[in-house]
Amino acid sequence: MRNLIDIKDLSKTEIEELIKVAKDIMQRPEKYSEKCKHKKLATLFFEPSTRTRLSFEAAMIELGGNVIGFSSASSSSTSKGESVSDTIRTVGCYSDIIAMRHPKEGAPLVASNKSTVPIINAGDGGHNHPTQTLTDLLTISCEKKRLDNLTIGLCGDLKFGRTVHSLINAMERYKNIKFVLISPEELKTPEYVKIKMEEGGIKYIETNDIEKYIDELDILYMTRVQRERFFNEEDYLRLKDYYILNKDKLEKAKDDLCIMHPLPRVNEISTEVDDDPRACYFKQVAYGKYIRMALILKMLDIK
Amino acid sequence: MLNVDSIKNGIVIDHIRAKRGLEIYEALKLEELDCSVAVITNARSKKMGRKDIIKIDQSIDLDLDILGYIDPNITINIIKNDKRVDKYHVELPKEIVNLKKCKNPRCITSIEQELDQVFILTDEKNKVYRCKYCETKLPRK
Repeated sequence: MRNLIDIKDLSKTEIEELIKVAKDIMQRPEKYSEKCKHKKLATLFFEPSTRTRLSFEAAMIELGGNVIGFSSASSSSTSKGESVSDTIRTVGCYSDIIAMRHPKEGAPLVASNKSTVPIINAGDGGHNHPTQTLTDLLTISCEKKRLDNLTIGLCGDLKFGRTVHSLINAMERYKNIKFVLISPEELKTPEYVKIKMEEGGIKYIETNDIEKYIDELDILYMTRVQRERFFNEEDYLRLKDYYILNKDKLEKAKDDLCIMHPLPRVNEISTEVDDDPRACYFKQVAYGKYIRMALILKMLDIK
Repeated sequence: MLNVDSIKNGIVIDHIRAKRGLEIYEALKLEELDCSVAVITNARSKKMGRKDIIKIDQSIDLDLDILGYIDPNITINIIKNDKRVDKYHVELPKEIVNLKKCKNPRCITSIEQELDQVFILTDEKNKVYRCKYCETKLPRK
């Protein structure tokens, strides 16, 4: 039985297989519409989410399966003090696969140690969010037609942003990747992430100026400054609007730049950019459903 | 130099980095033993300049993982009938269990009390341990 707790649980070949299946689903959805008939996905969301939960649920429904679950801890027995392990053992009796989000880091790993059905980590605090990374990889693969030879700008909160750390981790496996790390001083990429990049032979540049290297980028990955990561409201307010991507800033960017964002956005991408053909963040949401469909099939070992 | 009686049967933990002897004493719960235990701090050492030594006047089972984590350079001498019969070194353990608590308030171990506190050696060169669950780095003194 397989679990997906960390993107590193999947080999490069497995990721490539998932991307291939996801692309096939996009082209021939009818072929997959009954693959999960009589199967149940449990979405256990101990904290709120819009995209991830609905994406998992839509994915299972489009595979012909059914969905059960809850969307906040208050509507589960957790509010009565039940442990993660007990909840998982219970839900395993009703479902074939579980997608789980939890505010505590490491909760999906604990769950996977006790579960009788596959567990997919749908986000644990500021730690891992592997299906977002798979979504990002599918987006890059579809939009750029490759996963190597790319200059990727990561912009915003590079200190707490789990999605950017996971993406860096995943891209380490591909050739000729260069990162431009764009952030204010207080939200710079942690040292351990940079050391890993150096060890993996990945080139990177750090800057606080989004326009300085924008003409070199193949991908610009924007992130939100997350209020919940700050203990001090003043710091949050000072940094939240540090970068606002607008048409002016994109003036020198390549015509085939791919602008990504894991969403939700607050102010960091001006809505005037939404109609720009280079804006890919809503397509990214759509890709998220297809890669989750491919992942559910893989975890359930359905060909 | 201060004189402490030699031991007839027991264990001498030597080459402890200076001022870490008490940490080892506490981590091994040596206060719970009924026998004599001497913690010598700041002893002169040709090799180390200053070092700590612990003498335990009884043969006991030592938790080598704890010793290896606190100070992988220490040596352990087994004494029988006034003679050293064995000497060995400890190594950095691959993981340590229930010695330290994860300090990350967002870690699952902060709410699920029955979980073991497990830290895994992720960087041997820099002696970095990370929480098995949340991967937070365990700070070293």
